[in-house]
Amino acid sequence: MMRAPRFLVPAAAFAVLVGFLIIGLQKDPGEIPSPLLGKSAPDFALESLADPARKVGSTDFTGQPWLLNVWATWCGGCRQEHETLLAITREGSIPMLGLNWRDDRALALQWLSQLGNPYESVAFDPEGEVAIDWGVYGAPETFLIGADGKVLHKQIGPLTPEIWRRDFLPLITPARGET
Amino acid sequence: MRASWLLVAFLFLGAAHAIDAERLDDPALQQRFERLTHELRCLVCQNETIADSNATLAADLRREVRQMLMAGKSDVEIRAFLTERYGDFVLYRPPVTPRTWLLWAAPALLLLGGALVATLIIRRRARVGRADPAALDEEPHNP
Amino acid sequence: MIPEIGHFALVLALLLAIAQAVFGLGGAARGQGAWMQAARSALAGQFVFVAIAFGALALAFIERDFSVLYVATNSNSELPIFYRIAAVWGAHEGSLLLWALCLAAWSLAVSALSTSLQAPFRSRVVGILGLISIGFLLFMLTTSNPFERLVPAAIEGRDLNPLLQDFALTIHPPILYLGYVGFAVAFAFACATLLEGRLDVTWARWTRPWTLAAWLFLTVGIALGSWWAYYELGWGGWWFWDPVENASFMPWLAGTALIHSLAVTEKRGLFKSWTLLLAVTAFSLSLLGTFLVRSGVLVSVHAFATDPARGLFILGFLTVVIGGALLLYAWRAPLMKSTAGFEPTARESFLLFNNALLIAALALILLGTLYPLFMDALELGKISVGPPYFELVFLVPMLPLLALLGVGMHATWKRGHLQPMRNRLLGLALAVAVAALVITGVVYGDIRPLATLGFALALWVMGSSLMIPIARWRARQAIPGAVLGMVVAHFGFGLATLGITGVQSFKVEKDVALAVGEAATIAGYDFRLMELRDMRGPNFAGVEGTVVVSSEGEVITTLHPQKRLYNSGGNPMTEAGIEVGAGRDLFAALGEDLGQGRWSLRIQYKPLIRYIWLGALLIALGGGIAALDRRYRRVVAAQPATGAVAPEASR
Repeated sequence: MMRAPRFLVPAAAFAVLVGFLIIGLQKDPGEIPSPLLGKSAPDFALESLADPARKVGSTDFTGQPWLLNVWATWCGGCRQEHETLLAITREGSIPMLGLNWRDDRALALQWLSQLGNPYESVAFDPEGEVAIDWGVYGAPETFLIGADGKVLHKQIGPLTPEIWRRDFLPLITPARGET
Repeated sequence: MRASWLLVAFLFLGAAHAIDAERLDDPALQQRFERLTHELRCLVCQNETIADSNATLAADLRREVRQMLMAGKSDVEIRAFLTERYGDFVLYRPPVTPRTWLLWAAPALLLLGGALVATLIIRRRARVGRADPAALDEEPHNP
Repeated sequence: MIPEIGHFALVLALLLAIAQAVFGLGGAARGQGAWMQAARSALAGQFVFVAIAFGALALAFIERDFSVLYVATNSNSELPIFYRIAAVWGAHEGSLLLWALCLAAWSLAVSALSTSLQAPFRSRVVGILGLISIGFLLFMLTTSNPFERLVPAAIEGRDLNPLLQDFALTIHPPILYLGYVGFAVAFAFACATLLEGRLDVTWARWTRPWTLAAWLFLTVGIALGSWWAYYELGWGGWWFWDPVENASFMPWLAGTALIHSLAVTEKRGLFKSWTLLLAVTAFSLSLLGTFLVRSGVLVSVHAFATDPARGLFILGFLTVVIGGALLLYAWRAPLMKSTAGFEPTARESFLLFNNALLIAALALILLGTLYPLFMDALELGKISVGPPYFELVFLVPMLPLLALLGVGMHATWKRGHLQPMRNRLLGLALAVAVAALVITGVVYGDIRPLATLGFALALWVMGSSLMIPIARWRARQAIPGAVLGMVVAHFGFGLATLGITGVQSFKVEKDVALAVGEAATIAGYDFRLMELRDMRGPNFAGVEGTVVVSSEGEVITTLHPQKRLYNSGGNPMTEAGIEVGAGRDLFAALGEDLGQGRWSLRIQYKPLIRYIWLGALLIALGGGIAALDRRYRRVVAAQPATGAVAPEASR
């Protein structure tokens, strides 16, 4: 029956293609992983949301792990994850820096006073320049930065307690470095 | 270019896309800007270039590209700026790296491979034809 | 009530499709005439019930029945009736029903018009088509029911996407689907041939007109999509190498290779296994395209609402149908040996190279479209492969193809006999080279090597095509349909190449900021903004600009670009003003109010762009002329009932 193996080539090639398509079905083609992982967090210093005279930046938390959360009042997912953010902060184990992206200062302050403020401090980025440096392409996004200043993880989309437990916590304990 | 016989004005609909009327003063820079932005992918509206996309991020990235051009950066540096932040995904022209060698070698490989196979087949058939020339003259040969 | 009838009709259609497949294939295997006849009746019944289901869905749209989920999500009460009907195929579930209807229609046509085909063979074809129908009907009934109810019923529907509320886009899917689905006929013929182990080539003669018909629908469908994108989307592009566009172009390339390969198999009994493989490939690519659009594995603006569960079903279906066919091929194709020969410059050689180049082009597009997926699956990172890659890479097989086409058309079977043509062809080559230089140098003022080459090759193909009817007219010979069709199609191909070269090489686009009274200039044309006024339409409000275009002081036309905001909400829509001329289009689109009385506008100069679609229409016309050649209609009448595995017949 196998008169000439070359006639099996089309079927074999097709089988390989199907294999790839099966894997492809489990992936999200539009999700862009961050090239910053494992690299030093981009430096920045922006005006604080509440007090334009004060500066908030990447050097505020050197020596300890910290979170950068990108948010805006026009972002629905940010509203969704706000409870989770408050819960994380209440736990008190790791400071969270907010990056208010392309937003209106007054609206943003109102949002925080109405819904609660999980952030240690909030940097105001109305032009989006710092967001670009961090490779932000949507909101919300949350970055975990280690004590050594390297970006350890990026969450694209709203944070949930499961994602926090599954993806962030395992990285935070060793990320503390010292006791 | 003079107009001619068909003077029909059509009105047709389309979703608004980015019309960015800000131009660089130097036409050479403007040309580079157009070329670069037409080869960079918008990360929000992922089916468009940052030249065409309406997304705020696309406008922000166009602004960055403009600033870099005015600051004298080269095309390579500008592309590197973006890939450092967003990865190779942002390039519509895939980079030539060991991972993409198949992609870039494919045209030559397929052309040579196809030509080779075709030539071998033609050779074989020509041999058959020479072995029995009468068969080639059996019937009238109109296309 | 009507939606339930529609749903029930689909269930009945599925049962009949099962009968069609079982009796069709079983009847042929057992030589049972009654079974084979039953299969054909089942097919007729399947068609009737799919049509009823389709009618029921259309009625639900016409009656604005928002208790049906699909109707509620894709229309609303303000939507004009024409678009309400077109909304039937506006989204995933309805478009599947359209697929099923097209498939049933093609199947019925094949069954009805093949009465003189040997019964077992025809029965196998019907049976295989039945298997495919089962897949689509089952898919609908299990994961994508268009008749699902919305409880409680919506008071108002969401709306048909305003982008789709356009004539060209309403007819684009049905025509495209007739094309895609039509390749199932060639697929079924190929599988039936492989199943029977047929060595003769009557199947090639039978398949050819059906394949031409499907192919010409696909040609028109793709051209419609491109034309629509150009005027509708407002930025003047006509092809984006978007994954779904590529998914429709690949079957077209395979289909083109197939019709040429069928010619060789039919005439000389050669390349049988290649032709069979191409027939399987063309339809397989149609199915693959269906998968890519609905599964979410690729990012595309065309994608229907995606769902991995649906994706998995289609993938499973794909695997069974295509995998089965390819295994059948691996088993039976080695039997198909040919014994004929030909000289190196014969028509057969040229067609062989033609197919090799078309398949190379197809493979390149497939690789480029799927490469991001391959890399992601292997955890090698995310990349994008877009127009800069495809435009470059597509030229590699296409340039040689155009060059060879001009010569190959004149080669005769077996011996080629190109020597008498040599001087005429050399003369033509010289003439087109000069003409191309004149076009780029004088008309457009910029001798660009690639553009000049493109024009030369386009004129080469056009001129070479015309040589044939001119020669026949001179010799007072008649032109058979097949030859005329070939000439028209090839001429159209050259014309489309002319248009593509013109627009890609010499288009000019400029985004400008103008206040009323100001003008901007591109390519010697002045675009002056004369007026801006608010206006209202039946279901939208917006701003309309008046742009006067003049050249060398003389007014040529007035354009009225608009910016609209629809009542049903959503993003603002641009309405471009386009002026069509013999040699170019002029294009203006409104951008935004920049304040202080200035607006941004995009103005464009698009040389020769209309010839792309005109050329495509000629290609389709040529296909139609060839399909209607009397030779095929004679075949229907005079087919003898010989045994299934006959020795290779000479022509």
